[in-house]
Amino acid sequence: MAASATASRPDGVAKVQGTFAFSSDLTADGFLWGATLRSPHPHARITGIDVSGAWRIPGVEAVVTAADVPGKATYGLISSDQPVFASDVVRYVGEPVAAVAADHPDTCRRALAAIVVEYELLAPLVDPQRAVDGTHPSIHPDGNVVRHQRIVRGDQTIDGPVVVEGTYHLGMQDQAFLGLEAALAVPDSGGDGVELFVATQWLHEDQKQIAACLGFPAHKVRLTLGGVGGAFGAREDISLQVHTCLLALRTGRPVRMAYSREESFLGHVHRHPCTIWMRHHAELDGRIRRIEARFVFDGGAYASTSSAVLINAVTHAQGPYKCDNATVDGWAVRTNNPPCGAMRGFGVVQACFAHEGQMDRLAAAVGSDPVSIRLLNAMQTGDHLITGQVIQNVAPVARCIQETAALPLPDQPVGGHDANPLRLPGGSGLTADVGHVRRGIGWGVAIKNLMYSEAFDDYSTARVRLADGVAFVKFATSEVGQGFVTIAGQIARSVLGVDEVVLEPIDTTIGSAGSTSASRQTWMSGGAVDGACRLVRERLFERVGTAHGVDPLRLAIDGSDVVDTGGTLRVPVGLASAGVVIEQTFEHHHRPTEDLDEMGQGNCHTAFAFVAHRAVVDVDLELGLVKVVQIATAQDVGRALNPLSVVGQIEGGIAQGVGLAVMEEIIQEGGHVRNASFTDYLLPTFLDMPDVVISLIEEPDPMAPLGAKGVGEPPTISSTPAVVAAIRDALGKDLWRVPVRPADICL
Amino acid sequence: MSVIVPASLNDALQALARSPHATLLAGGTDLMVELNGGHRQVSEVVALARVAELRTWHHDPVAGVLHIGAGVTYAEIADEPIASWVPALAQAARTVGSPQIRHAATIGGNLGTCSPAGDGLPVLAALDATVHLASAAGARDLPLAEFMVAPKRTARLPGELITGVTVPVLGGWQGYSKVGVRNAMVIAVASVALVTDTVTESVRLALGSVGPTVLRCPDAERFAREHVDFEHRRVAAEALQRFVELARDEARPIDDHRSTAAYRRHAVGVLAGRLLRRAFPNE
Ligand SMILES: Cc1cc2nc3c(=O)[nH]c(=O)nc-3n(C[C@H](O)[C@H](O)[C@H](O)COP(=O)(O)OP(=O)(O)OC[C@H]3O[C@@H](n4cnc5c(N)ncnc54)[C@H](O)[C@@H]3O)c2cc1C
Repeated sequence: MAASATASRPDGVAKVQGTFAFSSDLTADGFLWGATLRSPHPHARITGIDVSGAWRIPGVEAVVTAADVPGKATYGLISSDQPVFASDVVRYVGEPVAAVAADHPDTCRRALAAIVVEYELLAPLVDPQRAVDGTHPSIHPDGNVVRHQRIVRGDQTIDGPVVVEGTYHLGMQDQAFLGLEAALAVPDSGGDGVELFVATQWLHEDQKQIAACLGFPAHKVRLTLGGVGGAFGAREDISLQVHTCLLALRTGRPVRMAYSREESFLGHVHRHPCTIWMRHHAELDGRIRRIEARFVFDGGAYASTSSAVLINAVTHAQGPYKCDNATVDGWAVRTNNPPCGAMRGFGVVQACFAHEGQMDRLAAAVGSDPVSIRLLNAMQTGDHLITGQVIQNVAPVARCIQETAALPLPDQPVGGHDANPLRLPGGSGLTADVGHVRRGIGWGVAIKNLMYSEAFDDYSTARVRLADGVAFVKFATSEVGQGFVTIAGQIARSVLGVDEVVLEPIDTTIGSAGSTSASRQTWMSGGAVDGACRLVRERLFERVGTAHGVDPLRLAIDGSDVVDTGGTLRVPVGLASAGVVIEQTFEHHHRPTEDLDEMGQGNCHTAFAFVAHRAVVDVDLELGLVKVVQIATAQDVGRALNPLSVVGQIEGGIAQGVGLAVMEEIIQEGGHVRNASFTDYLLPTFLDMPDVVISLIEEPDPMAPLGAKGVGEPPTISSTPAVVAAIRDALGKDLWRVPVRPADICL
Repeated sequence: MSVIVPASLNDALQALARSPHATLLAGGTDLMVELNGGHRQVSEVVALARVAELRTWHHDPVAGVLHIGAGVTYAEIADEPIASWVPALAQAARTVGSPQIRHAATIGGNLGTCSPAGDGLPVLAALDATVHLASAAGARDLPLAEFMVAPKRTARLPGELITGVTVPVLGGWQGYSKVGVRNAMVIAVASVALVTDTVTESVRLALGSVGPTVLRCPDAERFAREHVDFEHRRVAAEALQRFVELARDEARPIDDHRSTAAYRRHAVGVLAGRLLRRAFPNE
């Protein structure tokens, strides 16, 4: 495939012009609106639910509670511990208790208000440490510890000679996608099946969970992807899917549900808040000898993916650095806080914030500097993780660091050459003058696993049909904005030599594509589309070979022609495929992985990618306000199949990393979210976003089907510690919590 | 819900006389957020967008005053010519929301909402603005300090609407600074307006987001008046420090999810000091 193809997105123009149909735009004739009643309490026993008031409101067509769930009462990605509707106990503020369908959103609102739920308040468990300590009664039949995992490797007695330790804390970040949760469910006429149009990350996993709760076999629940406005992990778990289908089946009419922004904050999982303690033992020159670490992840009320997030964190505790000896303990626990699960970076964000803080401490302790200490310890292909797993991928850690260091620093002084106050910390608030501002530089480097782990059979399916010179490509890969639709077209064009590629609807009429997460779709679904295209091409070459008496093995695609590499034959693909239909399906599986044993040993991950970030931050020391001026990054991408898309992922990922560093946090008190809106959950604006300078490190990975590594998560991971390190550098003061708040800097 | 769209001030006042408790709608940037969030129910709405009298301003160079109609938007206030007459108000306007919000949001709506974080209000307070109210029965004027009663509560009576504000056009330096936790489009965590008047040689200071309404700082103002040198635009470092302390003492901040009382108090002090230094750059 043309390595530097810059194909533009098939959905790009429609999105820019506002004509793209997001799932919230879907309608059907005679549809009803659905709405959800949620718990106002973090922990309470339900002693009674009276829905009769809702039924009395004209226009109400259905009212459902736990008693109306025909199949399994619970769902969940890894363990099925979350009720479709709470029946006996509510475990977090926002937990669904009932749902209604009615002729108008206002009717729904009144119907919800008319449902009387009696609660007997229970003491909420809000401190995750108490779950670890076992000092709070179980808040769920499965207990308060979702998972505990140790990693013990090598010599446990190593001590010093240089020792640095610290405690790190990360607040709860939200994925804050712009396209709110929305779905449209259309019941089959007999009521024995349902079709759901929904914005999700994984159609088949949704299908499985929904069908179980509805008491249907999977094929009775058919899903089609509704236009997705971002995901970042928040659409991995079920939110409104079962509710919408249930209401549609109850009423026999299409039902549409759409969350408001406030409801969205309550209705999906977030990034885990986490407290991490780490101690590094090193040689006098700074070489790491042993690490000790302890992680406590607050998983909130239900398990979601907490156990996998935890495994990612503990197995990445060393960062991209060589380390032979380790003692790590990690807990993911249940509390009455909002449930947490997948978000871009998936546990590694937390680990990286801690190990990068440690590297800076280590540099200071041995009189080194942030770059040298990281280069000294940088891992490479053939090194092993503290799980014993050997890194078999391309691992250009040193190159990431060196190429980042070689990128130019900002040529602008504080405030820019024109001393534009908008470029100072505080921006449009005009709070600072140049003299109040000090500049700092900080570093972050990361390792991130790609694809699924721990013995999961992770695969993706694609079907390709070639007919009359046109390739029809079918897959169930969720396009959430990352641009797989672009890549799929590029692959088909280059492998088959066609000009025209038709992407068929993304739905469950084909096998699973796995989740659009874990930086996996270019590798996995890209591999599947590539595999299917190659099978089609073989058949095509057989036809051409037979027709022209040429050995098919001598044929190749050159531009849009089939050519004989050992002769003169040249047939346009359009002609070669005229009047025939060649169709092939391919499943791409990645290599198998293993579970971790009790000592945390095992080849649990599939593959790895690496990245380095250098942040330049201007800090108003007196007011504690910051302006992230520039982030330089060199990222190990394997091969940039579409450089523009890669740059988009890098810039977007950095925006999220900067957000976590300096502003993005769900603030909660006693289990209640205090800032469930974009008025108070702050995301970086144009003025908060730094200039980004990028070096793509392209060393095609032999393990990757197209040589390309996933690029979505790494930008988010080490950009956060780099920004915080830069603030520390400017400030000359410790900061070990994100987001960094103004008062943390100046008071 | 009924919506009346009067085309003149008189029609609007008549509509209000018939429905004194009707909700007034200007740019809708506060009201629609409350409605969409289900935090406010309304039955009758009087929309002011077509009332031309409210959408104009008038500069009287003889009296040295500027009258700004309630329907004038922040985008207009941020721009010339208003920006030259009341630079601090223009600076405050530029901190409001995003360009889209500034094109819809009005000064009358900011007054109507009367949030202690409203960005127009500290400047209006420092300018000793007069608020003009009108009803079918007549018009009345109120000093801003009397108009603002409590968070989101004003002295406006049922049947009245705000027609505009009048502010002096002064000779001295003036400015507005606002702290939020991001560099644009953010609600003030603390804000300060400082206005100097070369004729009366006075310094006026108002604080936002650190009390139930915008606060003036009489002690700091009195102190400044005694310690600044208008002629040489000079203030000594020690005097500036004292001014900072007096400003801080005036604050009555609270802890909430946006910030802490301690930080807010600290921040208004820093901003007051920096603004005074901008007004009097020499030591
Ligand atoms: C995204 C966003 C960002 C924002 N950022 C800021 C910010 O940075 N700083 C800031 O200060 N504000 C901000 N706001 C709030 C809002 O924009 C301002 O308060 C604005 O001035 C309100 O004006 P409006 O014309 O939209 O008022 P409306 O919403 O139409 O009305 C607001 C209130 O005033 C009443 N009212 C309106 N006109 C009159 C009148 N003539 N007489 C009597 N009562 C009247 C209404 O009944 C209502 O109660 C923001 C809002 C949004 C949505």
